[in-house]
Order: sequence, then C-alpha cells, then structure tokens
Amino acid sequence: MNRIIKFVFFDIIRNKIILGYTLLLGILSWGVFGIEDNITKGLLTILNVILLTVPLVSIIFSTIYIYNSSEFIELLISQPVKRKRIWLSLFNGLSISLILAFLAGAGIPILLYAPLRIGIMITFSGCLITAVFTAIAFLSSVSTRDKARGIGVSILLWLYFALLFDGLVLFILFQLADYPIEQAMIGVSMLSPVDLARILILLQMDVSAMLGYTGAVFKEFFGSGIGVVLASVFLVLWIAIPFSLSLRKFSRKDL
Amino acid sequence: MIWINNISKRFGKLQVLDDVTLTCNKGECIALIGPNGCGKTTLIKTILGMVVADKGDILFNAKSIAKDVAYRNQIGYMPQIGRYPDNMTIGKVIDMIKDIRHSDTPLDEDLYNAFELHKLADKKMSTLSGGTTQKVSATLAFLFNPDVLILDEPTAGLDPLASEILKEKIISEKNKGKLILITSHLLSELEDLVTQIIFMQDGRVKFHESQHTLKEQTGEATIAKAVTHLLKAGTYE
Repeated sequence: MNRIIKFVFFDIIRNKIILGYTLLLGILSWGVFGIEDNITKGLLTILNVILLTVPLVSIIFSTIYIYNSSEFIELLISQPVKRKRIWLSLFNGLSISLILAFLAGAGIPILLYAPLRIGIMITFSGCLITAVFTAIAFLSSVSTRDKARGIGVSILLWLYFALLFDGLVLFILFQLADYPIEQAMIGVSMLSPVDLARILILLQMDVSAMLGYTGAVFKEFFGSGIGVVLASVFLVLWIAIPFSLSLRKFSRKDL
Repeated sequence: MIWINNISKRFGKLQVLDDVTLTCNKGECIALIGPNGCGKTTLIKTILGMVVADKGDILFNAKSIAKDVAYRNQIGYMPQIGRYPDNMTIGKVIDMIKDIRHSDTPLDEDLYNAFELHKLADKKMSTLSGGTTQKVSATLAFLFNPDVLILDEPTAGLDPLASEILKEKIISEKNKGKLILITSHLLSELEDLVTQIIFMQDGRVKFHESQHTLKEQTGEATIAKAVTHLLKAGTYE
C-alpha cells in the first residue's frame, strides 16, 4: 500500500466519528434483524436507513476531512509527490476506511441474516454509494476555499440526492402523466446515485411495490440481469466523473 | 540551474507576478527582497509548483517543472509559515517526509541535533510555538542535502540563538556550492550571507545585481543603504 494512503487510512480509523458510525450501523442492523421476524421487512427498513445515513456520513465526513487536511496537502505538495498521487491517495484512504466502517457495521449482520444474493447486493451497493459520495465531497471541497461554504454545498447536495430528488421525480411524473415518459424516466433515474442503488437492490428482491416508479420501469425495460449491470455501471460513473473533475481542479489549484 | 522565463500570475484582479524573468545559478546565494505583497512568496511557490503560473515557464536544470515533479528532490523548502497536520507529532512529520522522499543520500541531521528536536519528538504540531514550528521547517529543508535551498523568511520568529545556528548552517551550505534563495526583510542579516540581490516591487523584478556591484555603484557600505540609495535615486523605476 502506498505510504500516503497508509497514513490517511490509519489517521481515519483512529477517528472517533468513524468508530461511532460503525457502531451506529451495527446497532441498527443487529437491532432490526433481532426485532423483525420477517427478513424482507427487516431488509427494507435497513435499506432505507442505509440510503439516508451512508451518503450523509460519507459526504460530510469526507468534506471536513479534506478541509482539515489542507496543511497535510500543502506539506506534501512542496515535496516530490505528484498532485494526482496526493489526491488519489486521499480519495483511496478516505473511501477505503469509510467502506470498511460500513462493512464492519452493516455488512456483517446483513450478510449473516439476508439471503446470500440480496445480502451481497446490499453490501455491494453500500460500498459503491460510499465511494460515490466521497467523490462528490472531493468535488465540492475543491471548488471553494471557504470551509463553511464547502460543507454547506455538501449538505445541500446530500439533501438533494437523498430527499429532494424523489420529490422532483414524482412532481414530473404527475405533471406529465398523460405522456409516454417511461423511457425518459430511466434517464432521469441515472441522475441520482441513491436512486440507482435502490433500484440495484430492489431488483434482487421480490417487492415490486417498493421499487418505485423508476425502478418498475427499469425492471420492465431491462429485466433483472441487464438492469443490475447497467445500474452498477452508472454508479461507477458517479464515482469516476465527480472525482476526475475534482482532480482536474486540484491539479490547477494554487496553494 | 533555475531559469524563470516570463512568469505571470494573477489572483483575481491582482497581478501578483508580472512578466518575471530570472536566472539563478549554482553556487549563488540570492536575497529576494521587496515590500510586503510584492510577489516574493508567490514567486517561490511558483518555483515549487504550489502555485501554477498563468503564463511563462520555469526550467530546472533545463527541464520544465510542469511535467515532472522529480526536481523537487533537489529542493529544500522552508516556508514562511509552516503549516503541519495538527495531530501529528514532530517525530511523525519528519518520519513521513523521510518516507516520502526515500532518498539514498545520507541525511543531514545537523539542525535536528542543534535545535535538540529529539527532546520534543513526541510533541504534537498543534501545541508548538511559532518558533519551534520554524525549527521543524528548517530541519526538514536541510535534511535531505538538497542542491537548492529556498528559505522564505527563515529567521522570522526564531530566538537569537536558533537564528544564529541557522545562519551558520546557511553559510556552511553556501560554501559547499549550493544555490540558496532567501527572502528576508532584515537586510542587515543578509549582509554576510548573500552574493546576489533581487529587488521586487509590484510583481516585477526591479533589479538583479551582485552584492559587490550594488555597493560599488552606489558607493554605500551596507546592502540596506545601497538599496535605499537606488530607490531614492529612482534609477530603476
């Protein structure tokens, strides 16, 4: 493992917030499975909680961590280290430790209780979502020097993806109910990583009622197999595009 | 050794560097002086690649610095205000930089010993005074025996004893034939150090002369007087 990743990684896993995050996810998952007899119901509860908390913690923690690393970045930049390597190492260190926290907290109980295929899909998309929101955090924190503004932008982005987006989709749906907009709605669902993750998981479960509009269209259109591949590809794009944009900005940034 | 060709940099409306062209050769000890905000630190940061110039290019040993970062192996940099991760200890910071540079040349631990940093190795960076932070910065700049030393206000904030240790170290490195670039406001302090003087104002280089020529031209005995003489005479305006 490269030295900078190692440093960032060990710095983060000692952080109490990350420990708290792991514990929270753990208590939640073990608790839900302990109380709920119906595994599917339990999974849906956990799914909804995960789709709210994982993005929130990933984006806010990463944003603050990058701002707090400004001294560290400055120190490294005057050394013979490529900017790309610094930025990539920070990203890898952050996303790996957040993903490990997620796996330790929620991944273990989910894999133990849920049917294997669904369990794997939930943990897989949880990991992807973590990386997506870490990448978005990189973009919002490199865009402005002002810490308060950067964190503000991150919170707004989370609010948009986790809550507002669904409302927006419903609004469009009702407004345009008379037109054949199914295909267009598939395009729209690509615009939200949270929506993609939800579709990815629900395609595995037999709960069409929970799929939501875009999910149902997705299933009808692509079937489970291609749907999963497509949703995964788009999630990966949601990691790659914000991160490479942030990298471009970072390599021209004055420190 | 370092060729700076027509560098310009603008921060918003402010033209910080305006078509700066300079040549710095091995064995020279150069003082970079000028009023606050004249672009000294920005120029240094541009050489280090911390600030990206809008126009112009910088060559280090005939290679453009834009493409390859390896040239920084040969530079020791002491910032004006060293900023270090708060929760790291002195020992850790030094170890990490050693780890990153993993250079094969033997380490130069003179300053580490002279400043007795080993006694403070377990202290966190956030708890250090400004002077101690400067000592860490100086130690790191000299640690890898670089060919080029770039020192931004090296003695600001250091106590007289530490300041003297650092000055002696600079002189001994200069005698080894290294290129040393110093910015400072204490002109009297530069007297026995520097061979060349670069004066900057409003992002432009006003003059670049050797200390000897400067004194000869003006007929003054000290750098401070010679510089004031030139500015008053307005020869370079």
